[in-house]
Formats: sequence, C-alpha cells, structure tokens
Amino acid sequence: MVSAISIAGLTKKYEKKVVLDGIDLRVRSGTVCALLGPNGAGKTTTVRIMTTLVRPDAGRIEVAGIDVVRDPRAARARIGLIGQQPAVDDVLGARQNLVLFARLQHLGRRAAGARADELLEQVGLAGTGTQPVRQFSGGMRRRLDIAAGLVLAPEVLFLDEPTTGLDPAGRRDVWDAIRALVAGGTTVLLTTQYLEEAERLADDVCVLDGGRLVAQGTPGELTAAIGGDRLELVVTDPGRAREAALLAERAAAAGPARDQAGAGERVVVPVSRRPGVVGAVVRALDEAGIAVDDVVLRATTLDEAYLRITGRNDERTEVPA
Amino acid sequence: MTAAYGSLAEPGPIERARWAVADAVVVAGRDVAHWRRQPAAVLVNALFPVLLLLMFVYLLGGGMVVPGGGDYRDFLVPGMLALAMVFGVEATMTAVVTDTARGITDRFRSLPMAPSAVVTGRCLADMASSVVGLAVLIAAGLAIGWRPARVGPALVAVGLLLLLRLAFLWIGIYLGLLARDPAMVMAVQILVWPFVFLSNAFVAASTMPGWLAVVAEWNPLAGTVTAVRGLFGAPVGTGGGWATEHATLLAVLWPVLLTVVFAVLSVRRFQRLSR
Repeated sequence: MVSAISIAGLTKKYEKKVVLDGIDLRVRSGTVCALLGPNGAGKTTTVRIMTTLVRPDAGRIEVAGIDVVRDPRAARARIGLIGQQPAVDDVLGARQNLVLFARLQHLGRRAAGARADELLEQVGLAGTGTQPVRQFSGGMRRRLDIAAGLVLAPEVLFLDEPTTGLDPAGRRDVWDAIRALVAGGTTVLLTTQYLEEAERLADDVCVLDGGRLVAQGTPGELTAAIGGDRLELVVTDPGRAREAALLAERAAAAGPARDQAGAGERVVVPVSRRPGVVGAVVRALDEAGIAVDDVVLRATTLDEAYLRITGRNDERTEVPA
Repeated sequence: MTAAYGSLAEPGPIERARWAVADAVVVAGRDVAHWRRQPAAVLVNALFPVLLLLMFVYLLGGGMVVPGGGDYRDFLVPGMLALAMVFGVEATMTAVVTDTARGITDRFRSLPMAPSAVVTGRCLADMASSVVGLAVLIAAGLAIGWRPARVGPALVAVGLLLLLRLAFLWIGIYLGLLARDPAMVMAVQILVWPFVFLSNAFVAASTMPGWLAVVAEWNPLAGTVTAVRGLFGAPVGTGGGWATEHATLLAVLWPVLLTVVFAVLSVRRFQRLSR
C-alpha cells in the first residue's frame, strides 16, 4: 500500500518541554486519517511540522514521498494546509482571495482566474461576487479557506481542527466538502477534538495524548476499545461502592475494568447496550443488599474515552459533569 | 494531478530571483486591492497628517516663534513630512500583526512561493502608500502657501524622507513580528507621540531645557527634519550642537543604521517562526 504520509520517530521539544515524543504514523494514499486528542496533545505541532512550518528536532517525515525537512519547497508544492482559523483576507472577496493564492503558486493571470472559478463552484461560493469575506458566515469562510488550500489540487491536504467554532450547519458544510475531496482521491489528515467528527470522516483514527500516539485503528475498533456505553449508579452506602462496582461489572458482562475503585457513592461501569443489562445489574446489587438511589445508562463521553485509552485516571471515581 | 497547474521542477537561481520579484509584486498587489476596496481608510490615513498640519499652523502657529527668524509654516511643513514617515510604523505593524494573528503569514509560508516575498511585498506596498501620503501632504503644504525653494534639492529631500520611512518600515515589521496581539499596536500608537514631540519637528530643539534638547537633537527623526528644512530652503532654527550641524549626515546614517539593524532582527524573528 502506498503511503501518502510516513513519519518515523518524530520528536519536538520546546525548551525542556517534550511536545512530541517519538511519533510513528503512516497514512495510506487516498484515505482520511483523523488525529484525535485533547488540547495540548501535540496535534497542531504535528501538522505544522508535516506542512514545513516548523522544523522537528528528530525524525523522518515524508509527505507525498518527499522529505519535508530536506526539501520543503517541493513538499509545499504537493500539500494544502487549512489551519485552525480561516486564513483568508477578509477585506477582499472570495474570488480575489483565491486568485491571490493561485498567483502566489505561480499560476498565470488567466489560469488563476479560471482555477478560482472552479474552486468557488466546488465549495458552493460561486454566487458571492465581490462581497467582502468579512460579511461571510463562519461556514462560508471555512469553505473559502478550504478552497484556498486546494488551489494546486494537493496530493495531501492537512486540516487543523476544521470545524472548531462552527455551528452545526457550518460543520455539516465542512464535512461535505471534505467528503467530496476524498471522493476525488485526495489524502486528508485532519485533527479534531471531537470523537464524532473522527467517526464520521476518518478511515483511521490516531489518538494523540501528551505527545505520544496512544491508540490507532479504525473508528469501529476504537469505539469497541473504549467500550460503548456507561451505566452510572448512585449507591446509598459509599462504603459498598467498590463491591457494587465489581458486582455490576460482572452482571453487565463488561470486561474487567483496569481502574481501582475509590471512595464515593457514584459508580460508573462500562457496558455494552443490550436488552436487560440495566435490570441484570440492579438485580445483582439488590441480591447483595446494596441499595441504589439512581441508575443512568448513557453514551461514553469523549473525556472518558481519553481517560480509558490513556489509562491515567480512575474512571469510577472521577465522573465528568 | 498536480502537473496540470505548474511545473514541479526545481528552479535555477535566475528563475528563483524572477519569482521572488513576481511574488513580491503579487503580495503588494493585495494591498492595492485593499486600497481600492477601502478608499475611505486610505483617505483618513492620508488626511490625518494634513489635519495635524492645519491645526499646528492655524491653531498653534500664532504662538510659535522660530529661533533665528522665519515663518512657522515653512518651518513646520518639513517637520510634518518627516512625522508622517514615522507614523507609517503603525500601518506596517498593523498589517504584519494582523496577517500573523489571522494565520495568513502561515498560509504564505506553506505555499511554494518565494519566502522573502512576504516581507518584500510588504515593503513595496508600504513604500507605495508612503509616496502617495507624501504627495498629499506636500499638496496640502503648497495649498496653504508653503513653497520649496528649488526643485532639485526638494527631490533630494523627498528621497531622505522616504529613506526615513524605510527605516520605520523595518521597525514596524519587527514590532509586528514581535507582537502576539493586535492590541499591542495601540501601545505603539500612543508611544509614537512622545517620540515625535521629543524632536525638532514642531519646535526647534534649542527651545527645550538642556538635556531634553540634546535628546531631541539626537532623535533619529531630527536629522532628517533639519536636513529636509535646509533642502527646502526653510528656516532651520538657530542653535544646536554637533547633531544639528551634521544633520545631513545623520539624515542618512540614522535611517541606514535602523534599516540594517531592524532588517536583521526581522529576518531572525521570521526564521524563529519555524521553531
């Protein structure tokens, strides 16, 4: 399989702080890879290194078969970058913006204009005329930004949190635009804080945390690893919380939780959603004489997913609001 | 797929230089497009020094006495011209800060364009707008009755003024790269006032108390102001130390020194963006 992105041993330090700690990553040509992680995980730094904006301390980084450290110019001709915020000129109109970026990529005047019209059509901004970008909605601005990253029909497109700060309609817009690109054969690497976004768009998901890749796989594999839903119980006697957790896990037939139960009355157990699971847990607790004040079955939150994957916290005692 | 939009072959040095110039022109062209779209902003920028000129001549001018004699209007116009060049630092800084904060600088850096064009394009655009600003202010001066003595020296004076603008352009680029926040432009907009007042632009340095007069004389603006006054045949004001006597030398040395220092600092700062 041809790799559009191939990274080995990528390391980056700022002062003494290690931001990226030996990342290995391969993205197959023509697929979408989502780099998922909380703020400060190193997602943006990884993208900035792959797009020649920042130099790594160590590691081999090849994008579209080109070593980005040794030959940044050649790499720049094959990639498109769409940064965290729309990097477009908001005094100019949409077409003026695209012509500007096309001219800077050495398209002739006429070719630049033609390419701009093509891209405007592609992202659905053809009707905006000379309207300044300042008056665009967040979604429109983002679509223009994406178009600006597509001028040379890049082999690999990087999107850094493309939907952060957008309303649901704007988010859908951007998702559609990305899907259209992939249909055209472009390889896409996007970063996101949203599990849902990764699930919807990506062929492969890489979870980045504290500068390391802590999990990698298809969205299905990851969701299975994270473990579907959560059953949340409030027991009357906090002293029996640990016992309740063990009983509930057994009754729900969930895999053994690796975390240690602590103090507190609240018990959270990973469960797979199947008929009768809540009843089974409550019966088991009832038989053991553990009184339960409240039972909630809910989806796993992304926070829990991170905690689960990184294994740094005791999930059963720290329940995110 | 990419081949349809341009050659990917590694360009030679001549090809590179050609693109560096072409890219700078395109980057500067973006500013020209801004001016076309926001003529009001251009007008305000060009007319602000005119307003200052009118206020100083007609509101304060009556109380002004030029040491050594001469008309205050003729004394002031060269000062205002130099002042307008210093004020340009704000426009440059604002443009650089805004582009960096909005990610446009990063977008430029991620394109296969000449990296130098980001900065040289800014230089071209700002120098062009300064030429327009100077022309407007000179026209205003002529309209209120100021007359340069001879054309030849007057052109040299314009050259010295643009040299001063070049120095402040690089200061603006450096400050713009240094500032993380567009709000920092405000600080510079405020600080530029004491800087220009602590010079001989409005009054002769010799009218200031002892040590302040020395500082005012050595202000990088002062050499240009005195030299330009001489070239326009305006009263220069009497009294002053070594700095005033060698104003023409300083009018060249100061801007060249500032340009070199801040160009080097800016390039280093620009390279630090990749750290």
